[in-house]
Amino acid sequence: MDAILLQVLNGLDKGGAYALIALGLTLVFGTLGVVNFAHGALFMLGAFCAVTFDKLLKLESVVVDPEKTTAWGSKLEIRTPYVEAWLGDFGRFLHDYSVPASILLAIPVMLVIGIVMERGLIRHFYKRPHADQILVTFGLAIVIQEVIKHFFGANPIPQPAPPAFAGTAYVGALFGMGQTLAYPWWRIIYMFFSLAVIGAVFAFLQFTTYGMVVRAGMHDRQTVGFLGIDIQRRFTVVFGLAAVVAGVAGVMYTPILPPDYHMGMDFLVLSFVVVVVGGMGSLGGAVAAGFLLGILQSFASMNEVKSIVPGIDHIIIYLVAVVVLLTLPRGLFGRKGVMEE
Amino acid sequence: MKFDSFNRRRFLGASAVAGVGLAAPMHFVRGAYAADMSCNMPTGKTVTFGWNIPLTGAYADEGNDELKAFKLAVKHLNGEGDGGMLKTMKPTALKGNGVLGKKVAFVQSDSQTKSDASRDGAKRMIERDGAIMISGGSSSGVAVAVQGLCQELGVIFMAGLTHSNDTTGKDKKRYGFRHFFNAYQSGLALAPVLAQEYGKDRTAYHLTADYTWGWTQEESIKNATEKLGWKTAKAVRTPLGAGDFSQYITPVLNSGADVLILNHYGKDMVNSLTQAVQFGLRDKMVNGKKVEIVVPLFSELMAQGAGDAVKGILGTSNWDWKLPDEATKNFTKSFGTEYGTPPSQAAQTCYVQALLYADACERAGTFYAPAVIKALEGFEFDGMGNGKTLYRAADHQCFKSCLVVRGKEKPKDKFDLMEIVKVVPREDLMYDPKIFGGDLGPSTAKQC
Repeated sequence: MDAILLQVLNGLDKGGAYALIALGLTLVFGTLGVVNFAHGALFMLGAFCAVTFDKLLKLESVVVDPEKTTAWGSKLEIRTPYVEAWLGDFGRFLHDYSVPASILLAIPVMLVIGIVMERGLIRHFYKRPHADQILVTFGLAIVIQEVIKHFFGANPIPQPAPPAFAGTAYVGALFGMGQTLAYPWWRIIYMFFSLAVIGAVFAFLQFTTYGMVVRAGMHDRQTVGFLGIDIQRRFTVVFGLAAVVAGVAGVMYTPILPPDYHMGMDFLVLSFVVVVVGGMGSLGGAVAAGFLLGILQSFASMNEVKSIVPGIDHIIIYLVAVVVLLTLPRGLFGRKGVMEE
Repeated sequence: MKFDSFNRRRFLGASAVAGVGLAAPMHFVRGAYAADMSCNMPTGKTVTFGWNIPLTGAYADEGNDELKAFKLAVKHLNGEGDGGMLKTMKPTALKGNGVLGKKVAFVQSDSQTKSDASRDGAKRMIERDGAIMISGGSSSGVAVAVQGLCQELGVIFMAGLTHSNDTTGKDKKRYGFRHFFNAYQSGLALAPVLAQEYGKDRTAYHLTADYTWGWTQEESIKNATEKLGWKTAKAVRTPLGAGDFSQYITPVLNSGADVLILNHYGKDMVNSLTQAVQFGLRDKMVNGKKVEIVVPLFSELMAQGAGDAVKGILGTSNWDWKLPDEATKNFTKSFGTEYGTPPSQAAQTCYVQALLYADACERAGTFYAPAVIKALEGFEFDGMGNGKTLYRAADHQCFKSCLVVRGKEKPKDKFDLMEIVKVVPREDLMYDPKIFGGDLGPSTAKQC
């Protein structure tokens, strides 16, 4: 029983990440009609906002001691972090909580990156074929990757979770199972965080006038334009919003997966499968498919399942995609007419 | 003899005698003539070495460290800098004036940790740039691929960091030489320490990178631990670069295993180890024992990526800059003065390989590849950081001491992440080359 619950939890936290990235992808596709292969790079950029924030907090004053040398022959450097020297205990607290605190940096940075990306490059490709959009955004993703690698190196850079959430939570106690079922605190937090972000995006689109106009534009851009609304500007903001969603998802994922320049690409392909299974242009579909595929992938990795179908864990997501597309060609919640011209 | 008696028969006879007479001296100078026929024999004032290292991809940091080591080796071979291990290597024919009177030059290529890219790069360096020797590494898949190419082209390959048994086992080649230790030796070195630290009644669960190196390491560690009396609960293959290993770690929690062995390297090792620790594996008690994690191949550059998760974890290493011998001190000082950081084990093995090749050319008195191969085969040396070392002729594997290391609980800085638990002597790491099969193949000289 606890093995099954463990896989459900695992699937939910994996699915949370898939759903967040797929949500942004769908948002951009639904509003601008752009297939954005650079969306994974935005997730990675968010993660590197956390790395940058941590590096800023770790900035040190360096004093070289001319008398002493290190064991490897270079001059000895005495380093003192500025933040801790200036802010004392609060500096240490900031340091411990650098990952959640870096969301404050990530939101404006990602919004600006998103808007600049849309205004500077993406808008020139609105009327071009999807193949052109894929090529240019994929190229952009590679450029972003290489820039990050140049400045941060190729190795993963660990970002520890705040000490209070570094251990495991005994989830089993909630179900009267004692201490047999434990799960990392940070992964549980990530699960709730992804649900909160998804809820916030839906609330924004559903319950605000701005969101209503965007939804109207997604259905019929031309008519909304005729009503005198600058729908293009709103779509630019939506692109920025999608970048923020991907970015904060990346920030909070850093204690789970030490970020490196390639992490966005690793998620990108899976997220596209999630979008296709959920249905192109369907926000609800993207979220549902994200969690569904996360849970299925997790169960497929159980040794009991693999002993029946060896290698199923490697192909389950693609297998589900094939089955869904054969039975429901528009995906689980696909809208009629999207990408069908 | 009258001219008219010089008929056709006599003419043919005389021609045959003259032919034999003229060809006879060639029998005695055949070797000298063939020496000129070896691939890329240098004719000018320089000899070119080719560095095939991963400057991009998952092992880029190791590749950069290897490149630094190669550049330092060239400096020392040419008589610049403080000489490094040239001062401690015994015996040595190197004089610090280049190799056989020629200054060493080098070309480099980014192997990208991909077999096809690394073969293309090596081929370009050999065919276009005239490299007489190729060196570099970080992936066994790449090493096996480049080694095969070098055998075809008749160019010596001095492997850098490659740990799979296959490199000097079933895929060994006459033109390939490995200084780095292998997975089998990791098993031999680690098993007694595991028995001492964790006892002989343990159940292990393996997570293994699904490629040549992972398979051979899993097999080697499994054999070594089962000999101790350990049981193996399960060995699960994971795709390279899986990123999130949580779905592979959660089954471990209920498997009844009390030791998790991570046959992962590079980014996979960083991620799987970090995540295993996050899942509370090291706080868990199974079968009345504390659950332990073992990483059979440790790398200090990877340990930097894993952060606190590496503390207390046992593994093996080819070499460590904190070893107390003179050679290590010299090399560490040279490297540290030049680049401001201590060298990694990848840097040390590449530096040593460059010096060993140059020394073999000096001892052979020629760059002729088959003669250099002969000089390397069975060569015994000391003063390179691993004690007395033998380049075994039967499989071109170096036999020397290696280290069992543990992630340090209280590191002084980011270069002080591992403590040496045991220096395992060469005698404990010997094995019969026949166990891995393979065939070295011919050392026939080739024109490239």
